[in-house]
Amino acid sequence: MAELRIQGLSKHFGAHTVLRGIDLTVASGSLVAILGPSGSGKTTLLRLLCGFERADGGSIALNGRIVSSAADHVPPEQRRIGYVPQEGALFPHLSVAENIVFGLPRQERRARHRVQELLELVGLSADYANRPPQQLSGGQQQRVALARALAPSPALVLLDEPFSALDAALRAETREAVADALSAAGATAVLVTHDQSEALSMGHQVAVLWDGRLVQVASPEQLYRQPANPELARFIGDAVLLPGVAGNGQVQCALGTLALMGGMPQGPVQVLLRPEQIRLLPLSGASEARARVLEVIFYGHDACVRLRTGGVSPIELTARVPGHSSPVPGQEVALAIEGSVAAFA
Amino acid sequence: MSAAAVSTTAEHRSASRRRTPFGLLGAAVGVALLVLLPLVVTLKQAAGFGLDNAAELLLRPLVGELALNTLLIVSTSTIACAVIGTAAAWFVERTELPGRRAWAVLAAVPLAVPPFITSYAWVSLSQSLQDFLGALLVVSTAYYPMIYLPVAAALRGMDPALEESARSLGLGPWACFRRVILPQLKPALLGGMLLVALGVLSEFGAFALLRFRTFTTEIYAEYRASFDGSGAAMLASVLMLLCLVCLVAEFKVRGMARYDRLDRGTRRAPVRYALGWFKWPVLIGFGALTLITLGVPLGMILYWLMQHGDAAITPVEVSAEQLLSSTGASLGLGLAGALLTTVLALPLGYLLVRYPGRIATVLERVVYLAQGVPGIVIALAVVSLAIHVFMPLYQSATMLVCTYSILFLPLALVSVRAALVQAEPRLEDTARSLGLNWWQTLWRVTLPLAGPGLGAAAAMVFIAVVTELTATLLLAPIGTDTLAKEVWVDTSALAFAAAAPYAALLVAISLCSTWLLMSLFGKSAVLDHTQR
Repeated sequence: MAELRIQGLSKHFGAHTVLRGIDLTVASGSLVAILGPSGSGKTTLLRLLCGFERADGGSIALNGRIVSSAADHVPPEQRRIGYVPQEGALFPHLSVAENIVFGLPRQERRARHRVQELLELVGLSADYANRPPQQLSGGQQQRVALARALAPSPALVLLDEPFSALDAALRAETREAVADALSAAGATAVLVTHDQSEALSMGHQVAVLWDGRLVQVASPEQLYRQPANPELARFIGDAVLLPGVAGNGQVQCALGTLALMGGMPQGPVQVLLRPEQIRLLPLSGASEARARVLEVIFYGHDACVRLRTGGVSPIELTARVPGHSSPVPGQEVALAIEGSVAAFA
Repeated sequence: MSAAAVSTTAEHRSASRRRTPFGLLGAAVGVALLVLLPLVVTLKQAAGFGLDNAAELLLRPLVGELALNTLLIVSTSTIACAVIGTAAAWFVERTELPGRRAWAVLAAVPLAVPPFITSYAWVSLSQSLQDFLGALLVVSTAYYPMIYLPVAAALRGMDPALEESARSLGLGPWACFRRVILPQLKPALLGGMLLVALGVLSEFGAFALLRFRTFTTEIYAEYRASFDGSGAAMLASVLMLLCLVCLVAEFKVRGMARYDRLDRGTRRAPVRYALGWFKWPVLIGFGALTLITLGVPLGMILYWLMQHGDAAITPVEVSAEQLLSSTGASLGLGLAGALLTTVLALPLGYLLVRYPGRIATVLERVVYLAQGVPGIVIALAVVSLAIHVFMPLYQSATMLVCTYSILFLPLALVSVRAALVQAEPRLEDTARSLGLNWWQTLWRVTLPLAGPGLGAAAAMVFIAVVTELTATLLLAPIGTDTLAKEVWVDTSALAFAAAAPYAALLVAISLCSTWLLMSLFGKSAVLDHTQR
């Protein structure tokens, strides 16, 4: 498996610029999730990597070999890229086994080379080999599509929103199976998705694509805790943004004095905290931040609590609390903030 | 299962459990029996022939020659159509061929030119184009759109992700076509090929003008020679058998595992291959195809239009009154046929849509089966019925229009049924709950929804009737000379210049109405019929 290096990649469709100067390096054997809202250019980026479209500028190198640049365009069939399209796209006229060996030379197709091994790799039993794809569930189709992509030992595996068509329960299970199969195969992989939790849970690194630009490339934890800007903070997850004043590793805001992460700006700032950092405590009478519960949305494992703080300039915010300890509307609670917070100038 | 799916299955069940109104059922059965009538009459006549006589008639060397000719032309033209149609569809739908929109239209247009007109054009170009090669040329160019259209539609409907997956798995464009695209085109391609085979088996006018002897031309000759019809009926039965084989095969192909897309995602535009220098030979190919399928027929008509009557081999005078009366006859019969056929298709279509069940299915199959009876067989059966049973109707316009209805009911039923599906019962129920009575609901809900489809059905039948030759030839009242009949008579007399104005008018009416049909009801109105 190889390293992928993208430099200054850009693409226009007519007057519309879809990608502007994308730089990204994916280390050998790692999985990078490209996260972006719809229309951000994710699919275009993926199609450029596959070679289905030609780039207008920049270069793509796989393991040091240029596959796309101003001068060169290696056709898709010569790039050794395993592509797992949205919803699998299994060949409907072929059985599962025939789908898996599709990209292999004739002798290996006849011998059904590695079918059993690959089925096992993606967590399906060998009985599936002779079934038509129509008889598989969405998640099983997705796994066969991955096995098919892995069969010719590609240099890179690209996954295009592979789980978006699956229902919630199947999605979690399939995600896990796919992640295991990719790491067992030692594959270098790029996963494109608009689903934050999918990107955060599967990517070793997450690259956020926003309006044709990569705005941040970071580990999932860093991206969630220290996003590059407030918009991104809201896109990655639920965010509470409050005005405040930062200095000396602390920040003053409506919720009191909070610990600030390192490397944050000074002076007037916007404070970012995540709803699960807010703890609701019984009133103790001390000079603590207080709020009234407006509404509780109960999800089972947790609950979202909409709150309004007291004082001269009340603000509304949302806290996420464990389901077993959700308050009731109208209740007065004290607020405590766990951990440090981020801030934007 | 979603709530919507549950409610539709429930609706479906309650609809099929509801009692079918007796009047509707009676009307539908009556129509199906009418369509079946020629088949029964022909079989009965053939059966009355006696086994010894039948053997004697069928085991002549002539019948062997006819069978050989027929099978040869059917197989070669079907293969030629498949190759031309598929190649044209692939280049139009899958490559960056310059001017592909124009080629897409030009490749479909020959469907609107009746084969006997194409035949007339080639015969008038050169007498040497007769016999097998001429016949192959004419029917291949006339029938290949029946493959081009469904294959192009299948290519458009194919999920581009399949091709992309294949490319990323290391397949070049040719391997991708062979291993991914072609297998998925199989239903459309095989279905189209069988329809072409059925069309060529039933073709009469084109072969007769080319003096190429097949079953249809011999049935006609036999009928002209004896008039008693039993010899013709015997041959007709053999021809029907061949047609039914094609029809059953087509039915099987239609039922063949449809390679439905496995997914439900939004569709992207397909990959188009850059042709590079190869675009020149492809463009020359498309140019040649257009020249042969459209350039020659239309050009020859124009050429003869500009010649004076005496330039033709046998001069015949053409008067304006004659032209006018022929056009009037063609249009009148076309309108009457369209109206009657659509009305007759209504009860059956309504039954199929609203009261699906075993009876409806049987009636549908009966009408489908009737599609396999060649026009000449239907026409001869009607002639014999008229002579023996309804003598006063013999060679009356009524009889001719009824024959058109029998011929084209299967064609109309497809559109009528699709139109009635548009008017869902729950919409009618909603209208009733909003206070509209039965009549108001029909007027304000059902007709606006189903109207365009019914119009399309009538228009399809109109075009088919105007360009119909065989039944018109055998059944038109004396003195009713339609455009098609005039072309036939003049061409048979080698009066090519005299035939030209009639041919020009006929092609103009056919092209204009097809264009009108497409622009009013969308391309699918025409497309669906080639895909049935």
